[in-house]
Amino acid sequence: MNIEQRSKIQKEFQEKMDYDELLNCMRCGFCLPSCPTYLETSDEVHSPRGRIALMKAVVDGDIEPDEDVKKSLDMCLGCRACEPVCPSGVNYGHLLEQARDIIYQNEKLSISTRFIRRTTLKGLFPYQNRMITMTSLLGFYQKSGLRSLTRKSGIMNLLPEHLAYMEKVLPDVPSKSEMKNRPRHFEPVGQKKKRVAFFSGCLMDTLFLKTNGATTKLLQYAGCEIVIPENQACCGALQGHSGEKNQAKEMAKRNIQAFEDANVDYIITNAGGCGSFLVDYHFLLKDDPAWTDRAKQLSEKIKDITRILVELDFHKKPLHIIGQIITYQDSCHLRNGQKTYTEPRLLLESINGSHFVEMKDADRCCGSAGIYNIIQSDMSMKILDYKMKHTTATGATTVVTTNPGCLLQMKLGIEKEGLSKKMKAVHIVDLLLEAYETALTKEELTDINEQSKISV
Amino acid sequence: MLPELIKRRLIKLVGAENFKDSNVSKLAYSYDATPQFQAMPDAIISPRNKKEVSQILKLCNQEKIPVVPRGSGTNLSAGTTPLKGGIVLLFNHFNKILEIDEENLTVTTQPGVNTLELMKAVEAKGLFYPPDPSSMKISQIGGNINENSGGLRGLKYGVTRDYVLGLEVVLPNGDIIRTGGKLAKDVAGYDLTRLFVGSEGTLGIITEATLKLVPMPETKKTILALYQDMDAAARTVSKIIANKIIPTTLEFLDQPTLKVVEDFSQIGLPTNVKAVLLIEQDGERASVENDIEKISFICKENHAVEVKVAQSEKEADELRTARRSALSALARLKPTTILEDATVPRSEIAKMVKVINEIAKEYDLEICTFGHAGDGNLHPTCLTDVRNKEEIERVEKAFEKIFEKAVALGGTITGEHGVGAMKAPYLYLKLGEEGISAMSAIKKAFDPNNIMNPGKIFAKSKRKRVVVNQTP
Repeated sequence: MNIEQRSKIQKEFQEKMDYDELLNCMRCGFCLPSCPTYLETSDEVHSPRGRIALMKAVVDGDIEPDEDVKKSLDMCLGCRACEPVCPSGVNYGHLLEQARDIIYQNEKLSISTRFIRRTTLKGLFPYQNRMITMTSLLGFYQKSGLRSLTRKSGIMNLLPEHLAYMEKVLPDVPSKSEMKNRPRHFEPVGQKKKRVAFFSGCLMDTLFLKTNGATTKLLQYAGCEIVIPENQACCGALQGHSGEKNQAKEMAKRNIQAFEDANVDYIITNAGGCGSFLVDYHFLLKDDPAWTDRAKQLSEKIKDITRILVELDFHKKPLHIIGQIITYQDSCHLRNGQKTYTEPRLLLESINGSHFVEMKDADRCCGSAGIYNIIQSDMSMKILDYKMKHTTATGATTVVTTNPGCLLQMKLGIEKEGLSKKMKAVHIVDLLLEAYETALTKEELTDINEQSKISV
Repeated sequence: MLPELIKRRLIKLVGAENFKDSNVSKLAYSYDATPQFQAMPDAIISPRNKKEVSQILKLCNQEKIPVVPRGSGTNLSAGTTPLKGGIVLLFNHFNKILEIDEENLTVTTQPGVNTLELMKAVEAKGLFYPPDPSSMKISQIGGNINENSGGLRGLKYGVTRDYVLGLEVVLPNGDIIRTGGKLAKDVAGYDLTRLFVGSEGTLGIITEATLKLVPMPETKKTILALYQDMDAAARTVSKIIANKIIPTTLEFLDQPTLKVVEDFSQIGLPTNVKAVLLIEQDGERASVENDIEKISFICKENHAVEVKVAQSEKEADELRTARRSALSALARLKPTTILEDATVPRSEIAKMVKVINEIAKEYDLEICTFGHAGDGNLHPTCLTDVRNKEEIERVEKAFEKIFEKAVALGGTITGEHGVGAMKAPYLYLKLGEEGISAMSAIKKAFDPNNIMNPGKIFAKSKRKRVVVNQTP
């Protein structure tokens, strides 16, 4: 960063940072034991208290916003584990977002980083048709024999270790027509209890289309009529957390518009990260009075799939899977952003024939954190190692997650530890669907599916 | 800034990865949990063993460079703020419990061990380390020893001092000495162990400690007594003790504190009452039941509107955790939260609480009060805004008056947080000039060049509090 950039950043810190929120931190340090990067480094620079002190010091003019300040902020996973333990109630996530936004807006990026950002954050994620095309390319790679050729060639060994694992753990991609022609309306099984909209997401509706399918099925079984508004966009979390706030705002507005017309009781999400970003739309749009109220109304309707399932007593239905030891990895944003952590556990504990074991520090981040595991791979892998130690200690055969990023990261962890024969990672809806359909007799299942036109 | 040559010698001593002097590092170690105090150190250093500590001190002593030992920086007296610059010394490499001796009931530990981890480790063997400062989840045992930390169990079990049996200390000249040991009886010369406990890092660096353990109490029980009158709550405290019952814990919270604590913890604390006593007893089952019954009776007799018994350990733990978060939770109300540590003999609790409220009214300030009522250790906490200079002046005046009153009632200016820089201007109230000069003489004997945590305990001028100090 040159002098001009630094002074511009400093000025914007003074103008835009929420100073009252910065003062709210009274430096008691209660956040320290919950912060994964502090626990990993024992360095105050990499703690929430330290980062807030740095932000405040930049505003106060005590230090310049140099590369080290940026590094400290970049090192943060944004897992917000510091928020629920903060007695003073500091909205750390908001402060981090504000600070990152200012820094990234004023940063001269290297050509390669700029390219990656422009293509992914601005050119890819916001456009579902492009996501489909891109994902299909991956599908072509997987199915055409190119994958086995690549793997045999040893070319993957040239990539950093974790990226090579990442390639292995990506799920098999659905066909292009499946992605393009996904149904948009579903009738409930039996009596209609709620009318809901489903936020289908970008990554979830391409790479994890199968999981999205399982989600709508579960909702049908639970008695929901479901609509999937066609003009919805990606939630904008990746952009928002990477300092591309304007892009995120545009997408937020598109989503608000799309879901307003749906006239539903709830908007259901099945990705912790997306859900919590949607809940926070009113903060994202706080300087846009025309939109803040509309954003608030949307926020109030957001509900994670696990919460509506519990609300509709799905955990009391017959659920059965034989002989698995199940453990649960909290999605940081589902837990810390949406305060949802009892519901997934209740659902998992309700599965008969299997055994739920809580892992130590289940609420600690897995190190995935959006694109953190690619950009900060060293720290991410250290955090993952810790996570895998406690996952294995449970003796689990199934690790359950509630967010696509966590799902891939846990798959990567399993692969990295050489455990793929003993352990698998799944999204909670996939497991619940399996458990419910296993519990039914074949006749019951066909009957139900015919009744409600569920495609099997 | 450190001279280049010194910097190179320090790096050679501890390795480049254990020496930091970037702006962000200096800033991140420029504060502790004390509001209004901040100052930049010149470097942050993490020695790997006592030999390195000794060499660092020798060098700093020669070059007259200040050294500030720092645990997790949770203290509330600006005890670890590097007011005179110099080196902040960290203990991340001193993070091992060396021995749990079940025959002698001791634990020998390095100073960088987290307090709660230490407690858990000894509890796993059926033993008990009682001092439990509110910051125990975060704090390091070395910091507790240096500050002589108290906690919720202080009433029955005493404070950190009462559990330190022996120390290994590096003196400012680089000498390494050992004091005390695993002994119940030891009268060989001056009691240096006690001198170092609570010396706030002004005499030397503790590199190892042997702590006393006690058997784990068989059971414990927690109750909550609710009052519509603060005086009645305070009177109950004296009455319980007068009835010859010493509870483990006897905590007091006033209504505003209750409200914010509930706002944070959401455990269903009553917020419609004026004051609450959190009372806990541990020991043998029969005697605990007996005590709790008697305590409940005394509470009701003294106009408690309700006495609730925690139904499970989970519920009791929620109550304790909520109490521990009181200070930080108060920060929700106003930008700056200034907590004090005035302590009186427990018979004077009712009087002191009343005086605090009168002083708050007189100076037109919002002061909430909570604390360890059973041992007379109160935390009047002023909710203010550091940007309001006029109000801060009034805050200082009010606190000076509170301290004067506490001392007049036979109390002290700090019960468990230490003098640090924050209380230094008031130390004369408690010690008198003669007391201060006796202490300075000790300080000079150990640390003639005044390199160990300078600017703490001994104030240059009395009465005036050091306001935000930011050396660039």
